[in-house]
Amino acid sequence: MNKILLIIEREFLSRVKKKSFLIMTLLGPVLFAGITIIPTWLAMRDATLTTVSVLDKSHLFEAKLKSNKETIFVLVSKDEESEKLLLKEAGEHNLLLVIGETNGEKVPDIRIFGASNPSLDLIQSIENQINSELKNIQLKNSGIDPKLVETIKPEVIIKTTVLNDDGEKEGSSAAASIVGIGAGFLIYIFIFLYGSQVMMGVMEEKTNRVVEVIISSVKPFELMMGKIVGVALVGLTQFLLWMVLSYGITAVAGSIMTSKTNQKPATEIVQDQTGSKEMNKKMAKTGILKELQSVNLFSVLMYFLFYFLGGYLLYSAMFAAVGAAVDNQQDAQQFMMPITIPIIASIVLAQFIIKDPNSSLAFWFSIIPFTSPIIMMIRIPFEPPFWQILLSMVSLVLGFLGTTWFAGKIYRVGILMYGKKVTYKELWKWLRY
Amino acid sequence: MPPIIQIVDLVKRYGNFTALDHVSVSIPRGSIFGLLGPNGAGKTSLIRIITQITAPDEGKILFNEKPLLPADVSRMGYLPEERGLYKKSKVGEQLLYFAQLKGMSKAEALDKTKKWFIRLDIKDWWNKNVEELSKGMAQKVQFIATVLHEPEFLILDEPFSGFDPVNSDVIRDEILRLHDQGSTILFSTHRMDTVEELCSHVVLIDKAKKVLDGSTREIRNQFKSNRFSVDTKEPINFSDFPWQPEKMNEEKEESYRSTFLLVEGQSPNELVSDVIQKAELLAFKEETPSFHDIFVQVVTRKTETV
Repeated sequence: MNKILLIIEREFLSRVKKKSFLIMTLLGPVLFAGITIIPTWLAMRDATLTTVSVLDKSHLFEAKLKSNKETIFVLVSKDEESEKLLLKEAGEHNLLLVIGETNGEKVPDIRIFGASNPSLDLIQSIENQINSELKNIQLKNSGIDPKLVETIKPEVIIKTTVLNDDGEKEGSSAAASIVGIGAGFLIYIFIFLYGSQVMMGVMEEKTNRVVEVIISSVKPFELMMGKIVGVALVGLTQFLLWMVLSYGITAVAGSIMTSKTNQKPATEIVQDQTGSKEMNKKMAKTGILKELQSVNLFSVLMYFLFYFLGGYLLYSAMFAAVGAAVDNQQDAQQFMMPITIPIIASIVLAQFIIKDPNSSLAFWFSIIPFTSPIIMMIRIPFEPPFWQILLSMVSLVLGFLGTTWFAGKIYRVGILMYGKKVTYKELWKWLRY
Repeated sequence: MPPIIQIVDLVKRYGNFTALDHVSVSIPRGSIFGLLGPNGAGKTSLIRIITQITAPDEGKILFNEKPLLPADVSRMGYLPEERGLYKKSKVGEQLLYFAQLKGMSKAEALDKTKKWFIRLDIKDWWNKNVEELSKGMAQKVQFIATVLHEPEFLILDEPFSGFDPVNSDVIRDEILRLHDQGSTILFSTHRMDTVEELCSHVVLIDKAKKVLDGSTREIRNQFKSNRFSVDTKEPINFSDFPWQPEKMNEEKEESYRSTFLLVEGQSPNELVSDVIQKAELLAFKEETPSFHDIFVQVVTRKTETV
């Protein structure tokens, strides 16, 4: 036991002391923050000005098109062909909008000409403006006051409530989705990042020929587990530092931007861009924080830690076995494949799971230990029945013990095999040594 | 004195391949024991069972007359043939790590490591990364890692590979010093000159079986061919000589050598007295077989009979 602690200590310290760890730890939050801040920053800074020349043949809409700081609408009155010629001479940021003849009942033929395709946002904004004007005309023609229509605007919001033994609790599918996907994705990254670190570590020991020296002092299994646990601690440390630093950077940068521009907080802008419209509308009504509070964050965090570690342990044992079986990176690739397929499949399946977290697809994949760390984690915020969580946890623990047993056998033989091209058949033989 | 290691009827199989086939060896305490055999004979398998890296399929090993226990690894030192160090770690740190894995306390390990650094005159290596060291330097560090915990039983697999003659002598002297202090040493090597020079006992394994076992003197006697060489100042006239030579008057520098194979009942003394009547005797010597010859003889003879 003492020796395992020594190995864990060495694996942990030797990695944490590396420059690359420090760089990754500092760079990670900058990247995270970058992902959230840069789009905000881009959205906030002055966009390039586009001039749109409007040729409205029936003169119904030209007055209704509103210029803003990104787009200026200029009315022109020449014929279409000469305007097109003028457009060619004008710069890159000039467009020609031609609205065909209409009496207001019929949808006119509308075209935009330009040196390149205009942005979707711009087209959508023009479409919306013409649409609403067209609607107004048609309402008027039918004898309905458009202002009256404007005042009638019911908005339905369905609140979800989870009923269980603890009583009633307000839920939120939107918040649950965000939490679930986020947690699942973190587990995915963690397994890959640190699982492959375990593999590289084992390969290093094998190719350095240091391994036989060590296993004359400790059992191969102790060496393998020491490495796996040591790397897990490195991962946890790094994630913890990342979270603290990311939060710090985002908070600081966010407050700077908010105070400077006096606009809505950065986080809200980000949600405007990333989340779906409905979700945002709902979020805006009730407030993101309140929504998130509806998810039991503490229990989610506890489950997260369990699946986070469980998934990592299950996979890193297999990564260790691969590292032990091969002599070089190229050979490692072929054995990595079967290991990575279930991990990637889980992430691909995530979008279907999130749509229907209680489907039988979701159920089975959250029980199978190879996919459960990610799939069950996505389901957890939706509060699946407890017996399913329990079953999934038990099967993950059993799965971990199983893969570790298998991996240990392959590892034990593999680390002492040099210069032998390993096949699956060979690995099967090792299991019986 | 009871043997330090007793290997009893050991069998090790890998699938259909038998690496060790009922091998029994007894290693006397305080000996320098040579483990010889051609490549793939089963030497490494045997060593890995003694060091408890793998388990035997049959048979047992007694260490100090008791069945070998996992804790006994701390009383053994093993320098494998396939050896290496962590390239990106500091020499000092790494030695402390290995010593602690063998069950030493950190303080004790630090103390012992420092003594070795002074003894081998490598004080300024402590903070060097292993990748900065030359191969010979790294081998020195590796040797220290093997013996740092002062094991009573030391297994050295080709300990001199990678050393130049000067460092080779340094390491040999250290091995002998450890032996004088009471360590028993198991040598696995293909260098027969090392065996002749250092070993008091040898065992020869070929194709998973033990084919030769005993003290070096016994084995030499066993392979004694009763062949004698006679150097004379002038050639011997064999026309009326009572002994039948194998080789006749080979010209050497300022002498002639003839060799005789004596059969039972013939005495070397009679040969000498007959020779001195014919020519002036310069040297008379029994040709003892070298371990190189014994090795080749045993291994090839066995192949022929199979």
